[in-house]
Amino acid sequence: MENIYLTIVFAPLLAAIVTGLFGRQIGRAGAHWLTILAVALSCGLSLYVLKGIVADGDPVFNGSVYTWADIDGLHMEVGFLIDRLTALMMAVVSFVSLMVHIYTIGYMRDDPGYQRFFSYISLFTFSMLMLVMSNNFLQLFFGWEAVGLVSYLLIGFWYKRPTAIVANLKAFLVNRVGDFGFILGIAGIYFYTGTLDYSQVFQQAPTLTSQTMQILPGMDWQVLSVICICLFIGAMGKSAQVPLHVWLPDSMEGPTPISALIHAATMVTAGIFMVSRMSPLFELSTTALGFVLVIGAMTAFFMGLLGVVQNDIKRVVAYSTISQLGYMTVALGASAYAAGIFHLTTHAFFKALLFLAAGSVIIAMHHEQDIRKMGGLRKYMPVTYWTAVVGSLALIGFPGFSGFFSKDALIEAVHLSQAPGAGVAYWAILLSVFVTALYTFRLLFLTFHGKERMDRHTREQLKESPLVVTVPLVLLAIPSAIIGWFTIEPLLFGGFFGGSISVLPAQDVLARLGHEFHGPAAFVLHGIKGPAFWLSIAGVGTAWWVYLKNPGLSTKISRRINRLYELLVNKYYFDDFNEKIVAAGGRAVGRILWQIGDEKIIDGGLVNGTANGIGWIANRVRGIQTGYLYHYAFTMIFGFAVLAAWLLLSG
Amino acid sequence: MSIGLSHYLLLSAILFSISVAGIFINRKNVIVLLMCIELMLLAVNFNFIAFSHYLGDLSGQIFVFFILTVAAAESAIGLAILILLFRNRASINVEDMDGMRG
Repeated sequence: MENIYLTIVFAPLLAAIVTGLFGRQIGRAGAHWLTILAVALSCGLSLYVLKGIVADGDPVFNGSVYTWADIDGLHMEVGFLIDRLTALMMAVVSFVSLMVHIYTIGYMRDDPGYQRFFSYISLFTFSMLMLVMSNNFLQLFFGWEAVGLVSYLLIGFWYKRPTAIVANLKAFLVNRVGDFGFILGIAGIYFYTGTLDYSQVFQQAPTLTSQTMQILPGMDWQVLSVICICLFIGAMGKSAQVPLHVWLPDSMEGPTPISALIHAATMVTAGIFMVSRMSPLFELSTTALGFVLVIGAMTAFFMGLLGVVQNDIKRVVAYSTISQLGYMTVALGASAYAAGIFHLTTHAFFKALLFLAAGSVIIAMHHEQDIRKMGGLRKYMPVTYWTAVVGSLALIGFPGFSGFFSKDALIEAVHLSQAPGAGVAYWAILLSVFVTALYTFRLLFLTFHGKERMDRHTREQLKESPLVVTVPLVLLAIPSAIIGWFTIEPLLFGGFFGGSISVLPAQDVLARLGHEFHGPAAFVLHGIKGPAFWLSIAGVGTAWWVYLKNPGLSTKISRRINRLYELLVNKYYFDDFNEKIVAAGGRAVGRILWQIGDEKIIDGGLVNGTANGIGWIANRVRGIQTGYLYHYAFTMIFGFAVLAAWLLLSG
Repeated sequence: MSIGLSHYLLLSAILFSISVAGIFINRKNVIVLLMCIELMLLAVNFNFIAFSHYLGDLSGQIFVFFILTVAAAESAIGLAILILLFRNRASINVEDMDGMRG
């Protein structure tokens, strides 16, 4: 089995290296064939591994394949932990990646950086697989940083656009804040347990609850809570939770396949995956879980609202992604890890689908992304339209679609949770259901229905995208629509994850939910009676009324609630806060250190001061050296006389 | 009053002091400097001879011959340098010789 795992990981890496270094020699077709075959190999083997673990009951693999370094008891190893959680993530990552690879052939057809692009996305697949398959914190951190690096490279893929460069810098800096928390958490784990291996750390986790540490003098904090919150700060950066979400909307400067693969389906879910993987730690800290819950609820609701006022087609989907990540985080906070991972899985399919559909629209519109200049595209692009409808229905949780199962189960689980803050979180995510439906169908109506608002030149050239674009759309639409039917029971209530996720019995909301579960069909019927369904219908209705029936209404409403509208359009002033307080503060500190610390004290005082002092002393001393022999002779004689007198007198 | 060792030593000290004073006070002429150095050596020779006679040991007087030889060589070289100096600078004024000034 070990060779299979190695192949899964290294096939994309090899393809990335060859395509990256010899892109010119192998040509465009060579680049996409090589990377697609490599990722297809990974995908096939991942599905094989998933089948082996789920259907044939293969044992969990946990072992190291290579010892990197061994320093005084610190084992740095490259190892794999392949259990059900990992196998599921591997399948999702490699499948979405494969779809995006195929789609890229169409989307990037005319781009001069074709080979470079394929090299990057293959490298991303490698990094993400390393992250999810890791069995120790060091390799997890490696994968974590590697996906961050690829994300940086790809956001700035069109490096001649100033906005793209600013966006990738922003993504990098904001992630740095999160990663700092993450590495502090890892350091804490190593400090208190003396190991970086998952299974050993989890064994020692109960001992950490009784220890306390003092960060501020006089305040004792539980070690485990501090570690978990530090780790979660890392997850906040990668998974774009408030207040570290600011980079994700801007990351839409990158090419659309990347938005689908990295900034919707896989990389941003790394935080969710990580917290689930660390469930034996998080379970033991109520404080950390409460923190996770509140952050997730805030993200789900407030970021969803922003989606309603955005006009860039990709940014709407981006805010939707942040909001959905908030949902997953809420599930983690409520100890319903399986529900979080389930939503992650379904979300990966339908959000990748929505992004690729948006990309298809962007191709047809000649890279125009403003939805105010679209409309009526339904009859020009039927495949894109219908797949987008499937994706939208899945996103708003329409009964029967995959998003419904994951989202409804998640909301019910939070409803049952007794964790601190669960009550508020329940209302926040319930209201976000309405918001989700509103922005999703606003996007759908403004893009595909209504009046055709594009210019005549664009309209004449409107046509459906090529097969390489539409085939992945269809292939992603199928799981988006139906995957929930088959997976809800085993994933949530059938103990699918087994030992890979551990939940304390007292906090196991999914088990309680499982008592009321009588098959997916009954779940759908129950869902129709629940508030979430009616809220989403209300959202769709509102979107239809405001944006399709009365097109002028939205401007009137925004004028009426001017204050709120301003707040939303300015994204709660997070960017302004960061620019004016954080960045300006940083620059001010830098300027003080530069002008006073460096120029005055170090340069002026130490460096030039030493030289000036020595020069001053030398100027005084050089007067003694007259150059006249008799002065020297006199000094000699005088000195001799003094020494002789001293000898005589003291002798 | 018989003339004893202390008189010779006193004479030697006086000669030495004159030569030192000559070196210090002289500001004009490098030749005077050379003469003062010769005088200093002669004062030392006086000491040698006086002690040699006083102690009845001839090796002191032999030493004087050596010193006289070296002194002669030294003044020969010194005068040669002086001539070169005069050729180059057209002066033997001590005040002008401050090339080592800091």
